[in-house]
Amino acid sequence: MTDASMNSVPVKGSLTTLDARTKKRNAAEKRFKAYGLVAIMIGLFFLVVLAVSILRSGIPAFTQAEVRVEFTLTQAQFDEAESQMLKTKAYENLFIAALQSQLEERSLDVTFDPAAIERLLGKTGSTIREYFRDSPDQIGSTVTFNLAASSRVDGYFKGRVSRDTVVDSRFLKVTDLDLVDALVDAGIVVTAFNWNFLTGSDSGVDNPGGAGIGVSVIGSFFMMLVVLALSLPIGVAASIYLEEFAPQNWFTDLIEVNISNLAAVPSIVFGILGLAVFIQFMHLPQSAPLVGGLVLTLMTLPTIIISTRASLKSVPPSIREAALGVGASKMQTVFHHVLPLAAPGILTGTIIGLAQALGETAPLLLIGMVGFIARAYPEGVVSGFIDPNSAMPAQIYTWASRADPGFYEKAWGGIIILLMFLLTMNIIAIILRRRFERRW
Amino acid sequence: MSVKLSVSALAIAAVSATSAMARDNVQVAGSSTVLPYASIVAEAFGDNTDFPTPVVESGGSSSGLKRFCEGVGENTIDVANASRAIREKEVATCAENGVTDIIEVRIGYDGIVFASQQSGPDFTAFEPSDIFNAIGAKVLKDGAIVDNTHTSWSEFNADLPDAEIAMFIPGTKHGTREVFEEKVLLIGCEATGAMEAMIAGGMSEDDAEDACLDVRQDGKSVDIDGDYTETLARIDANTNGIGVFGLAFYENNTDKLKVATMSGIEPTTATIASGEYPVSRPLFFYVKKAHIGVIPGLKEYAQFFISNDLAGPSGPLANYGLVSDPELAKTQQTVADEKVLGADM
Repeated sequence: MTDASMNSVPVKGSLTTLDARTKKRNAAEKRFKAYGLVAIMIGLFFLVVLAVSILRSGIPAFTQAEVRVEFTLTQAQFDEAESQMLKTKAYENLFIAALQSQLEERSLDVTFDPAAIERLLGKTGSTIREYFRDSPDQIGSTVTFNLAASSRVDGYFKGRVSRDTVVDSRFLKVTDLDLVDALVDAGIVVTAFNWNFLTGSDSGVDNPGGAGIGVSVIGSFFMMLVVLALSLPIGVAASIYLEEFAPQNWFTDLIEVNISNLAAVPSIVFGILGLAVFIQFMHLPQSAPLVGGLVLTLMTLPTIIISTRASLKSVPPSIREAALGVGASKMQTVFHHVLPLAAPGILTGTIIGLAQALGETAPLLLIGMVGFIARAYPEGVVSGFIDPNSAMPAQIYTWASRADPGFYEKAWGGIIILLMFLLTMNIIAIILRRRFERRW
Repeated sequence: MSVKLSVSALAIAAVSATSAMARDNVQVAGSSTVLPYASIVAEAFGDNTDFPTPVVESGGSSSGLKRFCEGVGENTIDVANASRAIREKEVATCAENGVTDIIEVRIGYDGIVFASQQSGPDFTAFEPSDIFNAIGAKVLKDGAIVDNTHTSWSEFNADLPDAEIAMFIPGTKHGTREVFEEKVLLIGCEATGAMEAMIAGGMSEDDAEDACLDVRQDGKSVDIDGDYTETLARIDANTNGIGVFGLAFYENNTDKLKVATMSGIEPTTATIASGEYPVSRPLFFYVKKAHIGVIPGLKEYAQFFISNDLAGPSGPLANYGLVSDPELAKTQQTVADEKVLGADM
């Protein structure tokens, strides 16, 4: 009986042991999973490399070697310095003299001269002048100043300059490093958090210690205000019309094709347009965040229109039909029912469009926002829009091309700050989507 | 609410931008070689006077002069920086657009140096003829003009290391390129006898000169259109690489670069000021006279720039690497008198 059944049913294998074909299929699946894992690993690896290299190069920008000195300025010295043409230099000389006499009192066992002290200090004159001009009552009393050390001394603390590679130049002599070491022991040279990097404006190429990204953050902020205030209403109105009201004909088809094309236009083209239309034709001011914002608006509009249309489309037709069925007008249907449901998608698209605009440099190149633009903080809203200013990515680009290695470090530091802004915006977009999005 | 607020703020800004258009800052553009010096001056100008800090853009001498010549008015720039003198053609374009009175200001000299990686082969002494033999499109070999096939420096000069030729030279939009062509390639072409051979081969003198300036296109010589930072990055990645830098840039990066002598002279501010070092050029900026008195601080900026305290031998510009002009006093007089280009000196 058993023999007969075994002969009549051709046995290919059992359910518990796999035959060759199944094994092959399973292996293919395993291989595919492995490929996927490898692809993700490669992606992650490069992400880690990028993050590590940005952080390693950029974090030093947030600290700075400072010289901490007590300094007294007499009224006579103040008047004398103010009568000079190069006032900041006069203050600098006074400061160097004060520092030298203090060092002599301490009787350090290192020889030094005023030139060596000058090489150790960054550009200190403008800070001192600004301080005493803002608070003239401090003239005559002793004030403790924390002033940036020179780029080379700063580099010595951060490992950019080492005793092995340093050669005598007019920026730094090898013997100066002995003086620096002695000053560190005496507590005169200290490393501190570089607040000026977060709050300051750009500085001349010989003064990396004075450079900060703060003012260009404000420039970016005003540009983003312009972009938001213009591209959101225009973009949303255009999408609602196209999606809900417009008849389907060759004209609307043409517009649709053009919007998609516009989204793919390289950003520098918008810069050329901005130069020709806003500056040369409309005579708006050069290097102004207002013009930068207008140019970036043109660039962001297609992104916003496309994402808004997508989120309007994803609202199910049943919602519209129900609203129309109880007697709502087309307009009421859109504004009372469809738009609120599409809002999270629209906001997400807008924020991502803004983030893209925030990191854009190329169009700004042509309207004069890239270069040396070291202005004070704008006084009020109007001045914020029309006074010359830079933007974060433009500032980073400018720093990266300067000769002093101190600026290169600043550029990486600027990238960290820019990335933090972008990350924050993207996280807000994700949160909005998670909290308010409805699925059908 | 906040959107409404920002919209109305924007409207106000737009209205006031068009009505109160008076620009209160000096607007400068041009040569990336002059940019560092201009930025030092601009910062000091903002710190030491009650005028706002001027805005200095980069972009190259030619593009700066082109924008300078676009016309007169607040939406054009006031000052063009240039690492070469303005050309006849540019003066004509300027005049066509109504920019007739131009003040030329020479601020000093800049040296062009040849440098390689600190730990690379021993590139310490060059002659113009070496550079020409290395990267000229057509060179003289065994008495005949042939396409350049040199791959190693020692092939044409036994004193140079046996290292692969890899030169990074400024791109054609840079003013530096012109000096490089004139003072190195052309001189080298004459010195090797290639130019003579070309003329003997039936070329006119002008054609031969042009042929001397042609650079080989097989990758041994690379045009750098960006700035010196890019050249430095290329040198960092290539042991045999030789780059063309401004003196100031080299001096800021002596720990990474080693410099070569040219015709036996080491480039320093002293040898450049005396004219011994052959590859140097004057730096200029050009002021639109029609804007003086309209744009606040324009004349003051020009005078501040070339004052002894800044452009003099012990000023911050010299400290950064500018070779100061021995005839600075004459330039100061030119600016004080607002003497324009073409007027009798």
